[in-house]
Amino acid sequence: MAKAATRNKSELTTVTIDATGIYYKQLNEQIRDLIAEGCTEIVLDGVNGQRYIGDGLSVDGVTIVINGVPGNDLGVFMDGPEVIVNDNAQDGVGNTMNAGKIVVKGHAGDVIGYGMRGGKIFVLDNIGYRVGIHMKSFKEQVPVIVAGGCAGDFFGEYMAGGLLVLLGLNAGETPMVGSYVGTGMHGGAIFLRGEVTEHQLGKEVRVFPLDDEDTCMLESLLEEFAADTGADISGVSTGQFVKLQPFSHRPYGNMYCY
Amino acid sequence: MAFGDQYAKWRVDTEKVPGACGLSGVMSRDGKRFGGDVIIESMRVLHDRGNGLGGGFAGYGIYPDYRDHYAMHIMFEDAAGRALCEELLEASLEIDVGEELPTRAHPGIIDAPDLRRYFVKPRREVVAAEAIEPDDFMVKLVMKINKTVPGTFVFSSGRNMGVFKAVGFAEDVGEFFKLPEYDGYIWTGHGRFPTNTPGWWGGAHPFNILDWTVVHNGEISSYGINKRYLEMFGYECTLLTDTEVMAYLFDLLVRKHKLPLELACRVIAAPFWKDIDYEGKTERHDLDEALRITYASALVNGPFAVVIGFSRGMVGLNDRIKLRPLVAAYKDDLLYVSSEESAIRQVCPRPDRVWAPNAGQPVIGELRGDV
Amino acid sequence: MMPGNMVTSEFQVMVDQEKCRKCKRCVLNCGFGTLEFKDRVIPDSSKCVACHRCVVFCPEEAITVTRNPLAFSEHASWAVDRRKDVWKQAESSGMLLTGMGNDLPWLNVFDHLLIDACQVTNPSIDPLREPMELRTFLGRKPDRVEVEPGDGGYRLNTTVGNNIKLDVPMMFSGMSYGSVSLNVHKALALAAEKLGTVMNTGEGGLHEELYPLADHIIVQCASGRFGVHSEYLNKGVAVEIKVGQGAKPGIGGHLPGEKIGREVSSTRMIPIGTDALSPAPHHDIYSIEDLRQLIYAIKEATGYKPVSVKIATVHNVAAIASGIARAGADIIYLDGFRGGTGASPAVIRDHVGIPLEIALAVVDQQLRSEGIRNWVSIIAAGGIRSSADVAKAIALGADAVGIGTAALIAMGCRLCQKCYTGNCSWGIATQKPELTGRLDPDWGAERLVNLINAWALELKEVLGALGVNAIESLRGNRERLRSLGLDEMTTEILDVKPAGR
Repeated sequence: MAKAATRNKSELTTVTIDATGIYYKQLNEQIRDLIAEGCTEIVLDGVNGQRYIGDGLSVDGVTIVINGVPGNDLGVFMDGPEVIVNDNAQDGVGNTMNAGKIVVKGHAGDVIGYGMRGGKIFVLDNIGYRVGIHMKSFKEQVPVIVAGGCAGDFFGEYMAGGLLVLLGLNAGETPMVGSYVGTGMHGGAIFLRGEVTEHQLGKEVRVFPLDDEDTCMLESLLEEFAADTGADISGVSTGQFVKLQPFSHRPYGNMYCY
Repeated sequence: MAFGDQYAKWRVDTEKVPGACGLSGVMSRDGKRFGGDVIIESMRVLHDRGNGLGGGFAGYGIYPDYRDHYAMHIMFEDAAGRALCEELLEASLEIDVGEELPTRAHPGIIDAPDLRRYFVKPRREVVAAEAIEPDDFMVKLVMKINKTVPGTFVFSSGRNMGVFKAVGFAEDVGEFFKLPEYDGYIWTGHGRFPTNTPGWWGGAHPFNILDWTVVHNGEISSYGINKRYLEMFGYECTLLTDTEVMAYLFDLLVRKHKLPLELACRVIAAPFWKDIDYEGKTERHDLDEALRITYASALVNGPFAVVIGFSRGMVGLNDRIKLRPLVAAYKDDLLYVSSEESAIRQVCPRPDRVWAPNAGQPVIGELRGDV
Repeated sequence: MMPGNMVTSEFQVMVDQEKCRKCKRCVLNCGFGTLEFKDRVIPDSSKCVACHRCVVFCPEEAITVTRNPLAFSEHASWAVDRRKDVWKQAESSGMLLTGMGNDLPWLNVFDHLLIDACQVTNPSIDPLREPMELRTFLGRKPDRVEVEPGDGGYRLNTTVGNNIKLDVPMMFSGMSYGSVSLNVHKALALAAEKLGTVMNTGEGGLHEELYPLADHIIVQCASGRFGVHSEYLNKGVAVEIKVGQGAKPGIGGHLPGEKIGREVSSTRMIPIGTDALSPAPHHDIYSIEDLRQLIYAIKEATGYKPVSVKIATVHNVAAIASGIARAGADIIYLDGFRGGTGASPAVIRDHVGIPLEIALAVVDQQLRSEGIRNWVSIIAAGGIRSSADVAKAIALGADAVGIGTAALIAMGCRLCQKCYTGNCSWGIATQKPELTGRLDPDWGAERLVNLINAWALELKEVLGALGVNAIESLRGNRERLRSLGLDEMTTEILDVKPAGR
């Protein structure tokens, strides 16, 4: 089933692999071998459905470019590299990611950034359900997910830390986010570019105005996002955003009796 | 162990075998037929979603020369079962063809039962005597065979369509049944990951009743009550997987109760009360409330993504909180649905549009003309 | 000289005189005259019923109530209570009267049923963060829905018929005004309104003061027809014909004249001080077709409100239920043999009827096999003690459960089983103004709301563990129950598998 990979070794630090038809196990082995040899940029052509690309890679200064649709769990447990996808991505992007950056120049699926502890995920278009579940942060380690399109239900469910930003650039008449936004949230912040009705919010969150720190952070983040994804943010200004945060650290304190 | 022995053992010990899986569907809305190799290639990408213990396909439009016959695909464990079954068939059906189902030897498919197909029509006098529609007659007959003839299982019985399934990886099953040699305008495929001991070919997806087929990813937590509700209408849930309730629910809601497809989906993946309440005092609200009140026991709970095939189209649907993935795409008149986008892109590299439907929002493809 | 009373005190009341600060709160609070004050608090243990009012209200925790330590020679067959019963009856020639529900150690089927949970092959759902629906509709459901094309979609072309909407699948069982105080009725009605559910008047009619809350009240029409007039029938959201009661299947009710004061008299429309006797049968229901006649009489009088029929669970309950459904009832209320009462002969309360769990299972199955399960909603009541019982009852097939005893316990009842005396120290099962004033309806309502909310939360946790997010997916889903330690026949009758299968 696996085809022999063609490696372009004309440059020491950039290698291109034709991943067409290669099973994920062999492909990821090749990627790890190349990184061990000192390669700093790996280009994967003909990717379609291979899982776990970037899984557990704990190294800085490495870039993986994916041409095609990577399979599930892209960048799971990833700790440092930068992954650029020039197409759509599937489910599980950045699952329990620790550090690094994933850029998707298309849409991405469900359960993005589950348990994310650091790093950045930028998605140009829409994202699916349950994005940012139980993201967590500690001191300077703050994970960030930015999406240019719309998101499905349970956005930021159970968030304990980190930042979620949604631009809704293609929303039009449809709501840019679904229901149960921030349900169970007890830390972190969600920024939505537009209005959200109470009907859509989880019980634990409220809308707050942005403060100066927020505005500053958002401006630089959006610039970085636009540069990485190619999104057109000419019509975007920080004044269009609302902030969602939990209004209690212990929303379930009164639930029990002894 | 022969598959019939395992089947008998499970009948006692377990009610259902949960499965987790991958699925795909492709349809030409203009009714243009294409080979089964497309669906096999799509399923190949989803290899890791299955564990090789079940794979299957449904094809529509594959028997144009017998388009008005019911095409029965039957598996037999032994000659005795086959004899008994054929007696039942001969008693009430005109059998125009009875032959082996064509297969090709494949290393990934072993311990095959006897596989045959029959192109039949119910005898007019029998149907008249029972005073029921031919469709209902066939449903009864199939349920009777599946329940009473040992080691025998009718795995499809619709017109101008067929189900092909076995124990094995989906792509191997497709090769085994020589699907590239058939042309159809709808193909669905499924690869299974059952968590009980393997062996029974009948347990693979798709499930079939008349021309409905279901491939299903997930597990139905409301199975116990869905089953009991269907039993009130004469459906017998004889199989070991919860997927069969999905097929029977569509048959009940669409064929018997004549609900439009999109409303049948709205019964099965019902909207939440909070959203129904939000509709205010509208006709939509009254309809949604009436559907939930009347069909409470038909609400299917638990994670699921299903692709339903029928002679006039294909439906992709996921559960009300989208616990399973489902991606859809269009390219000209072709409609694709699958568990993963890569399975679609494998056979359609540049779709016109790709998107993920919302929870409970069906993707419906219907034939634009006749076939 | 022959002994008079052979029955020794059941309890012993001890006052720690050192702790006692002689505030006399205990003396004032006891409804049974157990305590008097001379120079100190002196208890007469023979009167104590262990209602704990004095214990709870003593600011110094100076009172203990223990079992009378008098030793009896052991006998496995002749429990001490059975000996006492004989002494009482030899003295009085009367029927032993008692209150509340069956107190004998009959097998509790709920306590032998376990609930499933999802793991690996199916995710459990998080009830705190994801939607979890408990909304329930009581009443007849259509066989199917018909639609016609409408604006941009479809329009409903089927009439659903009157249904009662409950926010939670739990309601308050009927307890008559007379057996309980008006303040109890008020508390139940206020709580029902807050919770989005209903209470039931019981057979004593509906006091005018509760009319504003009538949208949350089911009015009962019992064999004594107390307080039944056409305004009454039209007030509530439904009318319940009480054919039987779990605590006393086959016999009528008895409210002693002591409990018929002015208010009860005017609500029940009988003279003050007379005994309120409910006949055993409705004298216009001697056969099933008579029931149909009464049901439609009520429907005609009320513009076709839903009609509920309450029955005790007896041996042929499945056939009876089928008959009731075919007689036109919209709701069947099953009252199991553990159901409570204000007064019942002990022999009936403790030995007549069958368990709710079994009745529920066979009724639900019978209606399904006849293809008419959607004609009625089933309410299960009689000994529902916790959210676990609620979940199991629903899994067996109930649309909702009725809470009676638990509601009273929430408001202070200690289950001393002396309701029939009318001396309830907690102000619940009494009509004496000095006692009824002790129960503040708003306080009572708050306690009830707390209890039902707590059970609703627990029920959601159970649903989440089961991987479902709507109560209808548990309803009748016996596949999610397993039996443990039940005999094979009972397990088969319940149509539940044993644990391990």
